[in-house]
Amino acid sequence: MLNRVLIAEDLYLLREGLVHLLQAHGFTVVAAVDDGPSLERALIELRPDVSVVDVRLPPTFTDEGLQAALSARKQIPGLPILVLSQHVEQLYARELLADGSGAVGYLLKDRVFNASQFVDAVRRVAEGGTAMDPEVIAKLLASNARHEPLGRLTPREREVLGAMAEGRSNAAIAQRLHLSESAVAKHTAAIFTKLDLAPSDDDNRRVLAVLAYLNAARR
Amino acid sequence: MQYPRAATSLRLEDMLRRSLWLLALVVVEVPLVLLSALVLLGSFTVGLVPFFPPCVALVRRVTRRTRKLMGIAAPYHPQPPPPVPQADGWYRSDRTLYKTPRIPAWNDRWKWLFGDPATWRDFLWLLLDPVVKLVLAVPLLVLPGHAQRVYGYWAALLLGPTAKSELAGQVRKLSESRTLTVDSQAAEMRRIERDLHDGVQARLVALGMTLGAVEELVGTDPAAAVALLAKAREASAETLVELRGVVRGIHPPVLAERGLGDAVKALALDSPLRTNVEVDLPVRLQTPVETALYFAISELLSNAAKHSGADNVIVDISHTERDVAVMVWDDGGGGADPSRGSGLDGIERRLAAFDGVLALSSPQGGPTTVAMSVPKVLPEEYGKKKNPMPRWQAAVVVFCWSLSWLPLFPQGLVAGVFKTIGFEHRSWFLALYLPDFWQWPAIVGMVSLGMLMYGVALYLPMRHSRERWIAEASPRRPWFSRC
Repeated sequence: MLNRVLIAEDLYLLREGLVHLLQAHGFTVVAAVDDGPSLERALIELRPDVSVVDVRLPPTFTDEGLQAALSARKQIPGLPILVLSQHVEQLYARELLADGSGAVGYLLKDRVFNASQFVDAVRRVAEGGTAMDPEVIAKLLASNARHEPLGRLTPREREVLGAMAEGRSNAAIAQRLHLSESAVAKHTAAIFTKLDLAPSDDDNRRVLAVLAYLNAARR
Repeated sequence: MQYPRAATSLRLEDMLRRSLWLLALVVVEVPLVLLSALVLLGSFTVGLVPFFPPCVALVRRVTRRTRKLMGIAAPYHPQPPPPVPQADGWYRSDRTLYKTPRIPAWNDRWKWLFGDPATWRDFLWLLLDPVVKLVLAVPLLVLPGHAQRVYGYWAALLLGPTAKSELAGQVRKLSESRTLTVDSQAAEMRRIERDLHDGVQARLVALGMTLGAVEELVGTDPAAAVALLAKAREASAETLVELRGVVRGIHPPVLAERGLGDAVKALALDSPLRTNVEVDLPVRLQTPVETALYFAISELLSNAAKHSGADNVIVDISHTERDVAVMVWDDGGGGADPSRGSGLDGIERRLAAFDGVLALSSPQGGPTTVAMSVPKVLPEEYGKKKNPMPRWQAAVVVFCWSLSWLPLFPQGLVAGVFKTIGFEHRSWFLALYLPDFWQWPAIVGMVSLGMLMYGVALYLPMRHSRERWIAEASPRRPWFSRC
């Protein structure tokens, strides 16, 4: 059971809220830190099963959280980290995804409001999956929409692609888009063919392939 | 003082043509001198002031022509704006009210012409110029290049802007850009206030009302209360989205977190166009400059996406010494017209606050290039590399400064005085030990040697860097000791 969680958040109320929320859902909080340097130390020393990290942390309130996460993942590849932010940027998403080892999440802080979805995202990251904010995915899709071959997808396929890029399984996509699972499977197969990606049954690898594709599309 | 452009870079026939023009102007200058003398005399004795402005205008025509020929900037104060009527329709000039703008306008004009030192410098130039040209007439035709350079110095002396008038111009420009900055800041504040008032505040009020309704319902109809709570949560999420938009408009988060380079890269990623970003900045810029450039680039990118029909955009941010230059290029249809209310004048105004400028090239059919440049925004150490003097030159300078007194004073001047008054004591004055015939040549030689050494000590640093030599002409420390 992957349930040792580390929390890095400088606002006291939000930090305590996250601790309570995750404890209530069966996680053990191994540390709750409030600044960049102690986060970096804790990530390396404690190697939590999953960490929930705020981008902006003291002392400089710029992007310490993100930098700490990136450098820790350089030392321990695939260390699961879920980054929370007041705003989401493609730039940061690309940096998190760049190593291709998965086990990352990047969500707006607002998503914490929906406890069950948030906890679900934390679990997914802990298990090596991804959890990308729908807003980032929307931006990724929008900025590529005018270019081939994304333009060849049908609107429905694009919806499925978006949900898939967020890190959802076929079952979750089916539930969200009110489709049968077999219909989703058909759509994903079509998407993979159109984008020239090797099909895969493993959810995580499939998501990574999609994200890598979107990332690479314009670079 | 501004120097005329190098005359030698022109072709010979161009230079000859210019010489002829200069000489031909004498034909106008001589009668104008007489006329000016009459008008000035008349103005100050019998009150012929109405003739003063037209006379000045005539003189300015001649000086303008000369300035154009010699490439000298005009030093004049700006023309006064036309008089504006008061609320009651009358025109005020000092403490008198007038029905029509004619007299106030004339008064303004009089003050403008009479109060400008450049007017009087023009008169002085006019008086002396025929003489100068008479002296230079032959050289102007035989050696036009050199003669024109000499004439250029003369013209720049009286026709060019003085340090004072240049400063006045700068102050004027600064106060203009300050007014613009304050105005645009106020407009920005109003926009933010409106965004907060119409968006976030209204949503929070609605949220409060929903929660009030929940409070009332929770006892009687829990199911409805829960439904309302879900709504309230949705509303709070929407408020957050709105607030993020407002924050982005004030100071974009990526800019705060990462600086201009990454913020522009983030912009590029969000743009629907293929955008390449090249950044070469050694350090983060100061926040106000960074913000101004960020919004400028953001505006240009959205212009390119909206109007140009471009597919590719290149953004290049670079620096030369302390200046930062930004180039935004797109392969769209071109034909961007700054006068037709694009955001360009807004960008220009924003940049003007930092002495920045913007240039646009957008021919029909494209491509469009916008170049922006902001001077002196990087820290001092990125300025011009100081270039120390070669060691041997520095040694010569030290030697000359420290020893030139020796031949000049004791061995030269003092020995000369002793020799003149026939003082018997020879002490250590070398010249006095020589045979009588050689004594004076030796003394003169010593004095010359001393002056030569002083000359070398002054000349070497000046030749090394004229700019620095002038800037440090009154050294607080020996010039060569800083590098």
